[in-house]
Amino acid sequence: MKAAVLQLRSIVEARFEIPLGIRKSLERERIPSGIEAIDTLTAGGVPRGGLTEISGAASSGRTALVVALLGQATRAGECCVWVDTAGAFDPQSASEMGVDLDRLLWINCGGNAEHALKSVDLLIQSGGFGLVVMDLADTPEREARRIPLASWFRLRHAAERTGAALVAVARNINAASCSELQLELQPLGPVWRGKLLAGLNTEAESRRQHRSRKAEFRVVR
Amino acid sequence: MYACLHGPGNLDLLLECARKFSPHVEEHPPDTVIFDVRGLETLYGPPENLAREIDRAVGVPANLALAPNPDAAAHAARGFRGITIIAPRREAEALASLPLNLLGGSPATAELLHLWGIRTFGDFAKLPPLGVAARLGEEGIELQYLARGEGSRQLRPLEDPLEFEASLELDYPVDNLEPLAFVLGRLLGEVCDKLRFRTLATNEITLRLALEKAPEHVTNLKLPVPMLDQRAFLRMLQLDLNGRPPVAPILQVYLRAEPVKPRRTQQGLFVPSSPEPEKLELTVSRLRHLVGTDRVGSPELRNTHRPDSFVMRIFAPPQATSKLAVEDVPAIPRLCLRRYRPPRAVQVLLINQQPVRLISPAVNGRIVMAKGPWRTSGEWWKEDAWNHDEWDIALESGELYRMCRDVDSGRWFIEGNYD
Repeated sequence: MKAAVLQLRSIVEARFEIPLGIRKSLERERIPSGIEAIDTLTAGGVPRGGLTEISGAASSGRTALVVALLGQATRAGECCVWVDTAGAFDPQSASEMGVDLDRLLWINCGGNAEHALKSVDLLIQSGGFGLVVMDLADTPEREARRIPLASWFRLRHAAERTGAALVAVARNINAASCSELQLELQPLGPVWRGKLLAGLNTEAESRRQHRSRKAEFRVVR
Repeated sequence: MYACLHGPGNLDLLLECARKFSPHVEEHPPDTVIFDVRGLETLYGPPENLAREIDRAVGVPANLALAPNPDAAAHAARGFRGITIIAPRREAEALASLPLNLLGGSPATAELLHLWGIRTFGDFAKLPPLGVAARLGEEGIELQYLARGEGSRQLRPLEDPLEFEASLELDYPVDNLEPLAFVLGRLLGEVCDKLRFRTLATNEITLRLALEKAPEHVTNLKLPVPMLDQRAFLRMLQLDLNGRPPVAPILQVYLRAEPVKPRRTQQGLFVPSSPEPEKLELTVSRLRHLVGTDRVGSPELRNTHRPDSFVMRIFAPPQATSKLAVEDVPAIPRLCLRRYRPPRAVQVLLINQQPVRLISPAVNGRIVMAKGPWRTSGEWWKEDAWNHDEWDIALESGELYRMCRDVDSGRWFIEGNYD
């Protein structure tokens, strides 16, 4: 069996004139979220030069997690982009989370997912941004799934080339094998205190590690 | 050699004529211009030929003098009619017969020279220099040099006004933007060359298009940083014109750039990379063209308690500090609101003044928890005052919303979703 594999390998190598082997994935620099549970789960944060998908239902803490990433990146002096498909970004919430709004470029696509895709492509190709967020959280699932895999590959390659961390937020995983890290958030329930909504408990599951791992964290009001 | 034209009442025409022969022109209002004609002998030959050419070009009655220095030329043009050519080292001889009042100087000196019986340049030139210095001082020495035609000063040429503009009148009206790109490219090239020559850049470009039977079309490009990239400017103008095309065929194109000092920055080794301003501006222009001008930028919060109050500014990130100076601060994640713009109108079922059910095409369901109301109001003196009762609600599906009731109208709205 082993001899047959070696023979087949030599035939392929001779045919295509390339050596065959397993390419080890590079250890990428990461942007931390500052949330201990998430940074432990993701071994330091979201990877630079790669695509990360954050998925989950509404009120699962997706936006809070991405805004935390933005806060860390802008505080470190990086320029970041929020490509907002539905125009739902709230600058007030972001400012309260410590996002330096001067370093944030916000593109409001007014509900047009195609414009969002083109915007991300333009921005990531132009380079110089540390974190690019593609917010598809309010985009209907059917529309998000229409983004072809080829587009995700193109974005991933652009991110690799420019070293930007590309983060896509949606209800479900859309980029499949293109994403280097997939985080699925599951709401565990809101926390009420007296007459106040005090926060939200959330479970995050990392789906692209060798084995699926989970962590819980709380988002406060 | 220097040439001088002297013609009363025709200064503008004299200037125009002088500029045809030299870029270095000195003006002496109201009637004299001096200009540098050194090197023109290779074009026109001997000074006599050059003088004839200048005389032909001036077109109005004027005295013309050519002399080895500007002052001698000026005195000769003011003192002699027609064309005068003074050869090198013959200045004193040529100017000797001129009356002394052409020499200038203070009234006291002029009166003193008159009392001494000095009437011409020649008389003054013959006086012993040491005696002149002893009696008339520094001014006397200078005036005697001028009387001998030995002036050695440099020409003080007129500075061109710092206008960085170019325009072109088209041979026929252009109603297509594609051929206009060539015209714009040429004009931008001219303006950028002028800026580059003076080591300047620009942060504002104005394009004016004169249209056929329609008001002028004006485009104003404001750049967040000084730039000097002709191709980027052309692309930005094209994007702007594509988004907002002229309403009629174009007759004339005028372009103007506001000059500013160029950007000089030195990046540190540990400073995070940021987008190149030229590339960023072009990308932002493309995005504006794609999604709309007011939908791209950096949000700036307004100093008010009014909900969702911000302005979109031009994205111009400040220079980053060293990465080493930034400490990793643990973040406490906070619930963020995903806003609906405008807020969605909903119907709410109340039992004992507590919301129990939400009814709307977009958001629908049983309310399992509702906390509120929290009154928020402000700017009652304005027409767009707000007066809301806010509720935080959880639906059966687990979704969390901020809901509000307009106190004045009693209508319910969903402001956004907590995520």
